[in-house]
Amino acid sequence: MSPLFSQEVPLSWYLLLSAVLFSLGVVGFLIKRNLITVFMSIELMLNGVNLSFVTFAHQWHAVKGQIFVFFVMMVAAAEAAVGLAIIIAVFRARATLAVDRIDRMKL
Amino acid sequence: MHLILFLVFAGLCLAGAINLLLQSHPINSALSLIVVMTSLAVLYLLLGAEFLAAAQVIVYAGAIMVLFTFVVMLLNAGREERTLGSRAARTLGFPAVVAILAVIATVILQAQGLGVARLSDGITATEELSAVLFTKLLLPFEVTSVLILIAILGAVALARHDDGDAERTGKE
Amino acid sequence: MNPDLHLWLIPLLPFAGFLINGILGRRLPKWLVTSVALLAPLAAFGVVVSAYLSLSPLVPPVCVTTPCGPPGWVYIPLPYVETCPLPWINAGLLHIDFIFVLDQLSLVMLLVVTGVGFLIHVYSVGYMGDDKGYARSYLNLFLFFMTVLVLAGNALVMFIGWEGVGLASYLLIGFWFQKKSAADAGKKAFIVNRIGDFGFLIGMFLLVANFGTLTFSEIGAKLAENPGWQGGVLTIIALCLMLGAAGKSAQLPLYIWLPDAMEGPTPVSALIHAATMVTAGVYMVARTHVLFDHSPFALSVVALVGAATAIFAATIALVQNDIKRVLAYSTISQLGYMFLGCGVAAYSAAIFHLMTHAFFKALLFLAAGSVIHAIGGEQDLRKMGGLRKKLPVTFAVTTVGVLAIAGIFPFAGFFSKDAILYAAFLQGTNGKILWFVGLLTALLTAFYMFRLWYLTFMGESRGENVHAHESPWSMRGPLVILAALSVCGGWIGMKHFGNFLAPSVGVLPTEAGSTRLELILSVVAVAVALEGWMIADKFYRRKVTKPAQYMAALPGTYNLLANKYFVDEFYGAVVVKPLLAISKFFLEWVVDIGLLGGAAWLLGGIATFAGAILQRWQSGNLRSYAAWLAAGAAAVLLFMFVSFPTIHHMFICATSGCVLYKGGH
Repeated sequence: MSPLFSQEVPLSWYLLLSAVLFSLGVVGFLIKRNLITVFMSIELMLNGVNLSFVTFAHQWHAVKGQIFVFFVMMVAAAEAAVGLAIIIAVFRARATLAVDRIDRMKL
Repeated sequence: MHLILFLVFAGLCLAGAINLLLQSHPINSALSLIVVMTSLAVLYLLLGAEFLAAAQVIVYAGAIMVLFTFVVMLLNAGREERTLGSRAARTLGFPAVVAILAVIATVILQAQGLGVARLSDGITATEELSAVLFTKLLLPFEVTSVLILIAILGAVALARHDDGDAERTGKE
Repeated sequence: MNPDLHLWLIPLLPFAGFLINGILGRRLPKWLVTSVALLAPLAAFGVVVSAYLSLSPLVPPVCVTTPCGPPGWVYIPLPYVETCPLPWINAGLLHIDFIFVLDQLSLVMLLVVTGVGFLIHVYSVGYMGDDKGYARSYLNLFLFFMTVLVLAGNALVMFIGWEGVGLASYLLIGFWFQKKSAADAGKKAFIVNRIGDFGFLIGMFLLVANFGTLTFSEIGAKLAENPGWQGGVLTIIALCLMLGAAGKSAQLPLYIWLPDAMEGPTPVSALIHAATMVTAGVYMVARTHVLFDHSPFALSVVALVGAATAIFAATIALVQNDIKRVLAYSTISQLGYMFLGCGVAAYSAAIFHLMTHAFFKALLFLAAGSVIHAIGGEQDLRKMGGLRKKLPVTFAVTTVGVLAIAGIFPFAGFFSKDAILYAAFLQGTNGKILWFVGLLTALLTAFYMFRLWYLTFMGESRGENVHAHESPWSMRGPLVILAALSVCGGWIGMKHFGNFLAPSVGVLPTEAGSTRLELILSVVAVAVALEGWMIADKFYRRKVTKPAQYMAALPGTYNLLANKYFVDEFYGAVVVKPLLAISKFFLEWVVDIGLLGGAAWLLGGIATFAGAILQRWQSGNLRSYAAWLAAGAAAVLLFMFVSFPTIHHMFICATSGCVLYKGGH
């Protein structure tokens, strides 16, 4: 059998993938100029973290890890709902979704 | 098998994530994110979390991303304009991200005791999960449902058209 | 058998009177306030008299060697020391307690202070009867402090009384504080007193440094052990104490406050600035006479200052037109006499003069007050006249007072002034010069006092005093008593008085003289006084044109005298103005605006500056916030996983502790 057909994947690869997803989420948060897209990169970050939780749950055979992911999903859902509502309200007030134009909260 | 599957779907994840960053129209970013979500669901399945895989598809890809898409269409968000960037984001943010990635990667690669994942490790039964969820962690579960209720209320309150006020001010 | 004389009652009774009247006076009926105010000094006087009567061998001064008096009375030897049982200062080697000492000197002073004080209290009931500030009983406060000063057994207790009488003087001079001149006069008195007190303090410090104690008896004992210790540091101590006495007793160069102090009510002038407070300086010199005895230089300085002050003040008094100012300068002049007496080591003569001066000067001040009260507040001599018929009692007592101060036999002033001049004459060549200056001053004294007498009572009325009326009996009573004392106060004679006081102040240095010399000198003195009277008679009896001629002939001299030798202006320019300028420059600019203002500005500036910097951080820009978030997260991760030895260790311990704590549930 060629190594490509191996049945084993080192867990560190899953964790690396999770780290990369997380970093890409941060990069998106930093460079995107549309408010909704910024929010989407936050969701990307959350997903990356979820992957690492599942990986560790697999390693330790701990169900609690998976339950934690479940809760993260629920909270992300609630957060998405409320966050998008806020974005709608902001859009109504400022008529723009550009991140750099929504800077009223300053001293 | 495992490896191939992992490589394929991990690649899809990364591609979707990078595409999210590169697209300028938010709807395209949303669609790439859906790709990321579903690939992650497969990865969860590979790691033996069947319930989570299903939940990922149903909740994340099926509800949250739909919500995102609705909002994008509702607000008619167009392509991103070129606006003035933020110097702080460039000078401070990117090195920070690089640092984060570097540190985490180092820690992961240097960690002893990480094992391997095999398909034959078995799937965590939903029964097992729910047994813990509804007995030992019942309180957080109920609190979460309250949280969602609050979120519903909040979203409705925030996103509502204040027609009532407009009518009243119109009359007076 | 040593019965308690209860010396502490003597200061305490006036203090109680002060407290009661001061705190409750406004709410009590007037008769009650009066009774309390009068009862206090009367009671104190009673205690003093009872103390006098129980002391041997003092009771009638003739019974010097054997105790006489009714059997069954207990006699106590002097000096009688009363110590407060509570210790006061115990600092290393320095032990100071509240000690009251009663010896012959303090007994005489106490009789004068409480007796004359009581009489003046009675007088002020009548004088200040209509005044709004009736209930303010600073007079009792003053009596409290004065008695503490007199009874003091060590210099620190005396200093308490010293400062206290200064305070009471300030309060009483500025009694009508709504008047700016009165308030200024009070301030001036207090400040000039303080300059003298500085000398007193330095003297006290030197005493502690050289003797280790401030108790007079111990100092006297130490000096008695070393009769050869002369001059040097003792001179410096004596001079410092003399500075304090000069401030309190209005000698050159610190006399300037006394004429201004006439802004106070007349009873105040009588009590404080004639009879008692200003004599505190003389009392202090007499009390510490052993120091002066061991320092001939200091003694000569004292005598010189006294003589110079006497003639200086007498010349100013010649041309003053305010009746109280004349008396004020006369007081300064007579105090100069007392210091002259101390300066020739004739301390008992000085105390004798102190006593007689208290009588006739208080009498004169109270009589002047009676005159002022009668003619409705007018104090200018040029507007008085012809009051002889309208105020007969006042006229009579004033005559007695003027005769006494001029030193005419057989009134009180003759005996005491004469004793001083005689002692001065015997002191060698310097003594004769001092005697001559004293004689000249006696001439001037007689002149200006009779001038006052003529201008006030004789001749025709020059003012609008048609409603002049005699004073009430509360004012006339003390006048009559004081007049009687002025007549017979000196009859005790210098010899007996000197013997009485000898145990406490030493004997009179009159060994070199003879009775014949004394008689000749007395005759010369009386002749000089009568000559002064004649000159005043020529000037002022008929018309008052002669003085006008003299004034026109010597305008320069007249101007100099009338403006008090411009001393106040001189002090103002040399001392006050530079002080104010330096204060304005240094304290206002450097300290107030520079340091304090600068510090406040600095603090505010730092806050504003930091705020301005931090403000740019809060830009509202989402992406910069995100960048900082990422940077913070990176920093945390770096701390956690990259080894910075101590911080890493602390951080790991903290976080693992938190995790374990949380995970333990």
